[in-house]
Amino acid sequence: MPLLKVENLSVRYGSIRAVTDISFSIEQGEILTLIGANGAGKTTTLRAVSGMLKPTGSVHFNGHNITGTRPDILLRQGLVHCPEGRGIFSNMTVLENLELGTFTRHDNEQIHHDMQSMFTLFPRIKERLKQNAGTLSGGEQQMLAIARALLARPKLLLLDEPSLGLAPQLVQTIFKIIREINEQGVTILLVEQNAHMALQVAHHAVVLETGSIAMTGPASELAKSDAVRKAYLGC
Amino acid sequence: MTELLQTLTTTIAVGSLYALLALGYTLVYGVLKFINFAHSDIFVLGAWTTFTAANVLTDRLGINPTQSPWWGAVLILLLTIAVCATVGYLIERFAYRPLRKAPRLNVLITAIGVSLLLQNLGQLNGRVTVATDKDGRPTATLPFGSTPRSMPPLLPDLVLNETVLSQGTLAGGTQRGLVKLDQPLTMLDGRTYRIEFTRTADGQPRREVLALTATAGTFPPGTDLATQPRRSPAEVDGLPYSLIRSPRVPIMLVDVVIVAVAITLMLGLEFLVFRTRLGRAMRALSFNIENAALMGINVNAVISFTFVLGTALAAAAAFLYPLKYPGLNQPAHQIWVLLGLKAFIAAVVGGIGNIRGAVLGGFLIAGIEFFGTLYGDKLFISLGARPGLGTSLADVYVFSILILVLLVKPNGLLGSPVKEKV
Repeated sequence: MPLLKVENLSVRYGSIRAVTDISFSIEQGEILTLIGANGAGKTTTLRAVSGMLKPTGSVHFNGHNITGTRPDILLRQGLVHCPEGRGIFSNMTVLENLELGTFTRHDNEQIHHDMQSMFTLFPRIKERLKQNAGTLSGGEQQMLAIARALLARPKLLLLDEPSLGLAPQLVQTIFKIIREINEQGVTILLVEQNAHMALQVAHHAVVLETGSIAMTGPASELAKSDAVRKAYLGC
Repeated sequence: MTELLQTLTTTIAVGSLYALLALGYTLVYGVLKFINFAHSDIFVLGAWTTFTAANVLTDRLGINPTQSPWWGAVLILLLTIAVCATVGYLIERFAYRPLRKAPRLNVLITAIGVSLLLQNLGQLNGRVTVATDKDGRPTATLPFGSTPRSMPPLLPDLVLNETVLSQGTLAGGTQRGLVKLDQPLTMLDGRTYRIEFTRTADGQPRREVLALTATAGTFPPGTDLATQPRRSPAEVDGLPYSLIRSPRVPIMLVDVVIVAVAITLMLGLEFLVFRTRLGRAMRALSFNIENAALMGINVNAVISFTFVLGTALAAAAAFLYPLKYPGLNQPAHQIWVLLGLKAFIAAVVGGIGNIRGAVLGGFLIAGIEFFGTLYGDKLFISLGARPGLGTSLADVYVFSILILVLLVKPNGLLGSPVKEKV
């Protein structure tokens, strides 16, 4: 049974169709990436899965129908969405942002342990705990956002454009971290414009074009396909 | 100097009321980004709830809260908070929540509508019968209506810093209206002196107060001293008395209670917002509702809680206000609107959405109102205007400060524009 199963998902903004009739599924332990150009419907799909938008069609998570369920309820079931633009609360300190990641948890000892492992994974964040989160650089904010999402102990992590606006070296780091997280057993749904990196790290890929699925398959095969190379990899 | 200190005590007492009210505006703005214009009407509701509860307590139950039990007033405070918080919750649930995704202007207009609704419900006259007995006689009527009422006292009318100069035995003077003390007395200029004693009249002990009307000077024991009201020698002869001097700057019990309750609530709020899990949720929500939901925060529950919190603070202010100003105007009277407006200005001046700013703004606005009245009048008189002109401009000073702050620092004194990194 797949961890996430999306069937015939459609989202409209008023009279505009943003996403039409999308179906895909993610197996436990894998990384699936949604790639495509600006406005292809990647973020909309992600927001529909995590309950931020009300879609038609169906979304099943862990065997339960979660179509249109509120994000705060889904988070408690292990579906954690790390939003586009990182969603950092820059009116709070870095530590407070991290603590928000544990908002629904009460296992204090385990939380402390998880915090420590976040500091190992992201040593830069540990140095800046008391600092206002708005003063972090873009890369540090992205790491904070991922660390915060991980503190909610996701079964499925939805990552929206984690490489956006980062220096190339930082992009490498972020993708390395995504792979590490996945190796620790977290299933990941990754939305990316950086198709090159996304196809390297993912197991499966879905290519979106103007709100519909254009192609789907194992990431390594798509990376070799001429259509994808021309459209998204620039070679 | 005396005037200045007196104005300062008024500023602190009224300022803490403004601050409590301003916190409600700022809390709601913080999470929902609109001005809850019904907030001042919640305050009016609270004041009238306090009035009704105090009347029931004294008339129907025969309890006099100024004596004992002391918890009578606390009971009324809690009841007022419960009533206002319930109404606040209902307003949010049924008027504002359906508009959560609507443009902010729509919500703002709805808020004005709710405000007018509450005002007009409050105008329903006290003679409107709510229930009748089997003979058709009214058993319950609305407590509020279109006439002003006077609040029964809930606190003893105590001045805390007055001095008991001496105690001894009182003697009647040479004629009615004069008394003699058995100790020397030096009266200072500009101070008031009074004699308190207990006299038995019609078989009942009664506490009496005689004001000494003599001017400054030193009087040896046995001097005839004129008093008001006038008592005959037979009425006062041989009674034990206390001679009390009023302070230059009286500190009233009611002011101390107001400030103590307000400061306690503000510290509690500060703790709640900055030190607890729920407070962290409120701050996350105020920054970005969508992203707060992604943290697992139940957005509707936290918004409801914020509303209840804001209205509870307004209720506390509404309980304290008639203790100081017992004349209660009818619910639609413009004085309430003005009061709410000043609290709103306090929130804006401090930086709307900023909790410490609301408190700062509350005290600042009160200061401008009362010091402006004090010195403004002097200034206008020195410029040749008639006395009283500077006093009647009190609200003008307040609104001028609003304009000034909006020109110089549009985000308010403690507000700061927040930029998101992309």
